[in-house]
Amino acid sequence: MSWPLWEVFVRPGRGLAHTHVGSLHAPDAEMALRHARDLYTRRGEGVSIWVVPAAAITASSPDEKDPFFAPAADKIYRHPTFYPVPEGVEQL
Amino acid sequence: MDSAEQEAFEATIAADSTIEPRDWMPEEYRRTLIRQIAQHAHSEIIGMQPEGNWIGRAPTLARKAILLAKVQDEAGHGLYLYAAAETLGVSRDDLERRLLDGRQKYSSIFNYPTLTWADVGAIGWLVDGAAIVNQVPLCRCSYGPYARAMIRICKEESFHQRQGFDILYTLTRGTDEQRAMAQDAVDRWWYPSLAMFGPPDAISTHTERSMAWRIKRFSNDHLRQKFVDMIVPQAEVLGVRLPDPALRFNAKTGHWEFTPPDYDELFAVISGRGPANRQRLTHRRTAYEEGAWVREAAVAYAAKAAARAASQSSGTAGPPRAPAVPDEVA
Repeated sequence: MSWPLWEVFVRPGRGLAHTHVGSLHAPDAEMALRHARDLYTRRGEGVSIWVVPAAAITASSPDEKDPFFAPAADKIYRHPTFYPVPEGVEQL
Repeated sequence: MDSAEQEAFEATIAADSTIEPRDWMPEEYRRTLIRQIAQHAHSEIIGMQPEGNWIGRAPTLARKAILLAKVQDEAGHGLYLYAAAETLGVSRDDLERRLLDGRQKYSSIFNYPTLTWADVGAIGWLVDGAAIVNQVPLCRCSYGPYARAMIRICKEESFHQRQGFDILYTLTRGTDEQRAMAQDAVDRWWYPSLAMFGPPDAISTHTERSMAWRIKRFSNDHLRQKFVDMIVPQAEVLGVRLPDPALRFNAKTGHWEFTPPDYDELFAVISGRGPANRQRLTHRRTAYEEGAWVREAAVAYAAKAAARAASQSSGTAGPPRAPAVPDEVA
């Protein structure tokens, strides 16, 4: 009998986003939280934990990585460095 | 096998980047990693036993609390590693069964008994010291989840080594009897610790390919030498003698020369003929079987709670349950 898999995200401190730290098995969300605390925050690594059923995550496919992210590559005008700045202009 | 996929894999390895779980990888790379990570995880779990043996008999309450925290860390390390192995497409249950029925191995070192309290010190200083030398390069292993697990593990291991050193340091500053106890533990753990680095390079079966794939960064003999060079000066501070009459500093190479461990003994212990192999596996099997009711009860409780929640939210009785993370996601 195996418990479902949960992905664990920890917020290392106030002002920081939750970051994926690993996974664990637990029978339900409450136990997953308790296990996550014991497993991933034994030395004060976090101030908040999310647990997410691994099966609930939809991920982009590594096989389509190139075409999937390609549209961003040809829009260099999204970067500030695209625009020439005349000499003498500051704080732009 | 798609050659474009193979090329992408090799380019990633060559660029010293990491392979991630859903990337294409050669089947043999996957199999090698599963075997190595599982063996590593099993070692952490079995490794709780020799030290757990002394939790109830630690000499002070502080030593007991520290040892408990250390053994809890070993359980944590096992779980980080099982989680990393699972990203390769195996299940933890399956790995656990392979350990219990002897199809997968664990480190030979944990088949030696802990006879005295000083053994707990020697394990921390020598065994965890050797583990750190072995494991630090794994933090840059080519498989991402394994490397990330190793970073966490190495951070925690340094506490382990220092607590071992601290136990021995206290003993060697104690009575004659305590000094003798520390020396006896070092005498017994020295060669098994040297053997932890595995067979010599000339007969190591997996080294070459693992190094090409950057699963392994340094050879067994290289790491063993590094360990000896690190330990000898520490032994002087401790005031213990390493049980090797051939130990001497070679000024030309800048390294300590030493007697290699008995590799026949290593192979005998790996194949099940060590002093405590049977005891370790029997204990693990018993714990697994006696814990079955807890695993089953937790699943039954979760199913009951889910059914209750479903009937509540489908009826009109009361508001729907609050989401698990109300304002954090918004």
